[in-house]
Amino acid sequence: MRTFFEQLFRSQVWRSVFRHGLPESNRTRAEAIFFNFFLHVHPTKVRKRSVRFNYTWGLGGLSFGLFIILTVTGALLMLYYRPSAPQAYWDMKDLQFVVSSGQFLRNMHRWAAHAMVAVVFLHMLRVFYTGSYRPPKEFNWVIGVVLLVATILLSYTGYLLPWDQLAFWGISVGTNMARAMPFGIGEKISFLLLGGNIVGENALVRFYVLHCFILPVAAMVLMGIHFWRVRKDGGV
Amino acid sequence: MFKMNAEKDFHSEATTDAKKTPKRIAFIKERTAARVKKEDEEMVMTFPNLVLKEVIAFEMLVIVLAVISLAFDAPLEWIANPEHTPNPAKAPWYFLGLQELLHYFPPVVGGVILPALAVVALIVIPYFKINLKQEGLWKESRKQTLMVLLLSVGLVVVFLLAFKVYAMLIPTLFVTAFMLVPYFSKRQNGFTGWLGTRPLSWWVMTWFVTIVIVLTMIGTLFRGPEWSWTWPWEGVY
Repeated sequence: MRTFFEQLFRSQVWRSVFRHGLPESNRTRAEAIFFNFFLHVHPTKVRKRSVRFNYTWGLGGLSFGLFIILTVTGALLMLYYRPSAPQAYWDMKDLQFVVSSGQFLRNMHRWAAHAMVAVVFLHMLRVFYTGSYRPPKEFNWVIGVVLLVATILLSYTGYLLPWDQLAFWGISVGTNMARAMPFGIGEKISFLLLGGNIVGENALVRFYVLHCFILPVAAMVLMGIHFWRVRKDGGV
Repeated sequence: MFKMNAEKDFHSEATTDAKKTPKRIAFIKERTAARVKKEDEEMVMTFPNLVLKEVIAFEMLVIVLAVISLAFDAPLEWIANPEHTPNPAKAPWYFLGLQELLHYFPPVVGGVILPALAVVALIVIPYFKINLKQEGLWKESRKQTLMVLLLSVGLVVVFLLAFKVYAMLIPTLFVTAFMLVPYFSKRQNGFTGWLGTRPLSWWVMTWFVTIVIVLTMIGTLFRGPEWSWTWPWEGVY
């Protein structure tokens, strides 16, 4: 078995994918980071202090982890969901009673979404209380605040999609708040969001597109910049 | 003055603000940060020290969420019905603090001005010198600080009393009381000493977070039909 793996790791096919050898020396450990597309956002060496769990509580990383979980469960839920009224609600019922593990999938997406709002907020508090918004990280703090707003909007647009009473009235209350904006701006924004004056089928399609495409793409771009700047400013 | 190398291994800069700093010329070797470095810190290899921790944290996250998802089902009520308004109609929990604000203030104030102010205030934090200061609130000119503090808190209290917002008034007075502790007590150690080292930005953020938590809790647990006060044991709506 051991020789099998040794041969595998030495084979040309393996080495064409992972160009570095096994991470047995500091040189190959460094190469494991900077030859890897996903890991090269990290420096090859980090301060011992910043690896300590209670330095950051891993809150930024956990926010990203929740985003990954939400993307995977969300993509699977899209397979069983049609954004039209009242079909959307019957698809919820199918997820509950017909689709294998459908209820579990929906639970996972729902609880991860609630957790993400809380964890991103806690991440902001951690950054504030450790003073990590100080120069040169000012603008990354701003991106972080925008990402917090994006997280809340993602959660909020998803809230309408089950098309049950909770969804309908939750969104009605929220868009009524937006309507309070002065000079008729509120009405315009609310009309743009809902595709009408009340929460109806147009609103469902718009929230679906915002929730599954526009907001996740915007969040991903902002996250890319956020992580890149963390690294450039000397973080992990 | 200086013998310049052909390759020029430094570049020079001079400050222009003569009022602030005495005229000085700094020579900074290329590729060195102008910032003062602390003593060299101990470094570790990212792989495996950090990567392993990240993988474990993610796995724990998936496990915890999976267990929660097995134990608790996501809510699903009856199909959306515009004819039948639930009483009370509540937004998602993270907006219930806002909905609670709307209970006290006119829609423009509670639904637009206050939340917009909160977001703008968060964004501009790193751009004000006062928020970068790490000195305790009472470090210097204690008398003046006390006067400004009492005046600002007084204005906020009058504003909150005018709208009868006791849910914000009580936490405000509570935080102010803690702010005043280091003024009256000269103790340098323990909790009092720690309070004395807190800068202004710390106090403002702590006040803001306290208000957010209190309002969200009230909106979530203590509001029933017609947005009336209900205790959690009378039912959570």
